[in-house]
Amino acid sequence: MAQVTAKPGATSARTARQAPSAPSLALPTPQANPDPALNGVEMTGAAAIIRSLEAAGATDVFGLPGGAILPTYDPLMDSTKLRHILVRHEQGAGHAAQGYAHATGKVGVCIVTSGPGATNLVTPIADANMDSIPMVAITGQVGAAMIGTDAFQEADIVGITSPITKHNMLVTDAADIPRAIAEAFYIASHGRPGPVLVDIAKSAQQATTTFQWPGRIDLPGFNSGARPHSKTVQEAARLLATARRPVLYVGGGVIRSGASAGLRKLTDLSGAAVVTTLMARGALPDSHPQHLGMPGMHGTVAAVAALQKADLVVSLGARFDDRVTGALDSFAPHATIVHADIDPAEIGKNRAVDVPIVGDLKEVFEALVPALEEEHRKHGKPDLEAWWAQLDDWRTTFALGYTPTEDKLSSPQYVIQRLGALNDPQSTVYTSGVGQHQMWASQFIKYERPNTWINSGGLGTMGFSVPAAMGAQVGVPDQTVWAIDGDGCFQMTNQELVTCAINEIPIKVAIINNSSLGMVRQWQTLFYEGRYSNTDLHTGHGTRRVPDFVKLADAMGCVGLRCESDADVDATIKRANEINDQPVVVDFTVSRDAMVWPMVAAGRSNDEIQYAKGIAPKWDRED
Amino acid sequence: MTKHTLSVLVENKPGVLARVSGLFSRRAFNIHSLAVGQTEHPEISRITVVVDVDELPLEQVTKQLNKLIHVLKIVELEDDRSVQRDLLLIKVRADARQRTDVLQIVELFRAHVVDVAPDSLVIEAVGNREKLEALLAALSVHDVREIVQSGTVAIGRGARSITERALDRLASA
Repeated sequence: MAQVTAKPGATSARTARQAPSAPSLALPTPQANPDPALNGVEMTGAAAIIRSLEAAGATDVFGLPGGAILPTYDPLMDSTKLRHILVRHEQGAGHAAQGYAHATGKVGVCIVTSGPGATNLVTPIADANMDSIPMVAITGQVGAAMIGTDAFQEADIVGITSPITKHNMLVTDAADIPRAIAEAFYIASHGRPGPVLVDIAKSAQQATTTFQWPGRIDLPGFNSGARPHSKTVQEAARLLATARRPVLYVGGGVIRSGASAGLRKLTDLSGAAVVTTLMARGALPDSHPQHLGMPGMHGTVAAVAALQKADLVVSLGARFDDRVTGALDSFAPHATIVHADIDPAEIGKNRAVDVPIVGDLKEVFEALVPALEEEHRKHGKPDLEAWWAQLDDWRTTFALGYTPTEDKLSSPQYVIQRLGALNDPQSTVYTSGVGQHQMWASQFIKYERPNTWINSGGLGTMGFSVPAAMGAQVGVPDQTVWAIDGDGCFQMTNQELVTCAINEIPIKVAIINNSSLGMVRQWQTLFYEGRYSNTDLHTGHGTRRVPDFVKLADAMGCVGLRCESDADVDATIKRANEINDQPVVVDFTVSRDAMVWPMVAAGRSNDEIQYAKGIAPKWDRED
Repeated sequence: MTKHTLSVLVENKPGVLARVSGLFSRRAFNIHSLAVGQTEHPEISRITVVVDVDELPLEQVTKQLNKLIHVLKIVELEDDRSVQRDLLLIKVRADARQRTDVLQIVELFRAHVVDVAPDSLVIEAVGNREKLEALLAALSVHDVREIVQSGTVAIGRGARSITERALDRLASA
C-alpha cells in the first residue's frame, strides 16, 4: 500500500487529567470534575445534564425550554453554579453563546428543545462552524421509543447539523450523558474550535442513572493538533530573514489561539508588514506602525497592495477566503507562501503552499520567534527600507476616508468613527451585523485588543449583532458592549433586547439606519444600474419610520435615542454611554447613498481594487 | 480525473457511514463506489471508497475525512499493490437454446451459475472492474434482465495489516 495517512499527534493530549499541552483558548474549559463526591450518586438524566455542565466549567447558559427539554429545566432551576438566561428566540440563544465564547474564550453554551427549537439553532451553529467558535448546544429530543415516528416536535437535528458541526451526537441512554457532555466540551475547545451538538432524548432525561464523570476523554480518532515541525519553522524563519517584501497575513486563528503576544513579538522582530483579516481585527493593535489594516474586498489599499506585491506571505491562522483573495489565481502572484494553521485541512485548500506549518499559533510563535532571532544573528536583519517606503506611500496616498454626504444627513462612517473615538478601546467590545455597517465598523474603529471585535465573518449572518452583544456582555460584565447594527439586521433579532432589559444586560445598540439593505443597495448601484429591487426598508429619514426604532426600544424596556445630524453625534454617544442600568438603542439616521470603499468587485483580481468609485491606484507607476 | 481507492477505518458507531458519505457530497467529490463492513475487530468498521478525483483534491478529501471524530485511519490502496474485487450478480433470460452459449461465457470468465430456472440463469462473478465490464460486454448479446453489483472491496498485498495499528490506538485511548 502506498500512501499511509495515519492521523498525526495520536498520543498527544489524550487524557483529561493531563493539562493540555497547548490550550487553544485563552481560558481552557476545566475537564476534571470539581466535585468527586458526585460520582456514584443516583440521579435523573436531567440532573446529570446540569451536573455535567457544571463539571465542564459552564457558568452561563442561554436557552429556551420546551416539551422535550422540560425535564432538564427542572433541576436547572436549583443550580447555584449555572446562570440561565431565557432568550426570546432560539437563534438568539445560539448567537449569545457565540458572543459569550468570543468575548471570554470560554465555551459558549445554549439549551433548547427538540424540533423547531433545535432547527432555530441551525444558523448560529453554522455561523460558529465557519468562524471556529467553541460552542456546545444541548437539544432535547423526543423519547427514544418515538424517534423515527414523525412524533410531535421531532426533527433529526443530528442529521441536519452533521455538515455544520465539528461533531454531534444523539444520547438515548442516561448513563452516557456525563461522558457525552465532557467530550462535547473537549472537542469544542481543543484543536480548531467549533460547535458540538448533544441531542438528548427526553426518555434519557427522565430515566434514573448513576452519575459517573469520565476520568479521561477517550477519542482515538480526534486530533487536537500536531506540534509545529521544527524543519518547516526554520524554513519559515529563513524566508522571513531574507524576504525583501514580507507580509504577515493574520487570520482569526491568532485570536482563537490567544496568540496576540506572540504575533506582536514576531511583528516587531521581523519588521514585516501586517494585515489583519475581518476575523483578526484586534489581534495586533491598530496603532502598531507596521499594521496596514484589513485586506480583502473592502480592505485598505495598502493592505491589499502589500499582499499583491509581496515576495513572502506568512499566513497565520487565516484560510485564504475568497473575500480576502479576490480572484484566486491572481492573488499574491509573486509571493512564496508560508501557511501556519492548527487545521491541516486548511493548508493547501485554496492556495498551494510552499512551507506548511501545522500547529497551534501560540506554539508556532514560540518556535518561530527564536528561530528568526537565530537567523538574524547569523545573517543580520534584512533591509526593508524600500518596501516600507512603498508601503508608506500607499498608506498616505490611499488612506481610509469617505466623501461627505450630499443630502445633509449624517455620514455613517462619521458616526462609526466617533463611536470608536469616544469609547476606550481598553474597555469596549464591539459586535456587528453583516453589511455596510460591518465593513465600516471594521475599517473606522481602531482595535487595540483581541476579542473586542465580534462579528459574523464566514457565514455572514444578518442579525448576529444584538444577541452576540448580549452574550458578550454576560461574559464581560465590566466592559462596555456596543452592538453596531444596520436597520435591516436589527429587524431580524432585536427581540433579544427584551431579554437584555429583563436580565439587566445593559448593551448599547447603534443602528446605522440608512433605511435600506445597504450593502445590497450598493451592489445594485454599482452592478444593476441603480435598480433598487426590494432593498428599501422605510425606516429612515423622511419615511414613515416603520418601525420607529425609538418607540420600539421604549416598548422593549430600553432607552431609545435618535440622532439625525453629524452635529449631534458626539452628544448622543456620550448620553448613551452614561446609561449603564438599561440597554440603550440609538437610531442614527444616516445617508443611504454612502458606499463602502475601497472595493474589489466579487470574482475580480485584487489588482483591480478601486479606492473610490472610478478611482483605481496606478500600479505601474509605483512598481 | 483519476480513480483512487481509499480504505477508511472507522469506529463502529451509529451514523458514521452517513458522516463519511455526507462529507464526500458536501465537498463536491464524486463517489464511484462505496462498501462497508466489519473488520476482524468488531469495534472497527472498514469503508472502501472509490473516488474520481485529481491528486490535490484527494489530499483535501483525506484531510477532511481525518477531521471526522470517528475516523481512525485512511489508507490509499494503489492498484498494483493491492487486491481489489467487486461482486456482480446477473440475471440472464436463457431457455434451452441459449443456455449453452451463456454457460460458455460463464466458463470463460470463471464465473458461477448460482440459480437456474427453465428460462433464466443467475450468474455470480467476482473480479476487478475491468474483468466484470468485459463479462457484461460478452453477455450483452443476450437478454440481461437484472444486474446488481457490490462496491469495490480492497486489501493491500503482503503481510502488513492496516487495522493493527488502528486497534493499538483504540486500546491506548
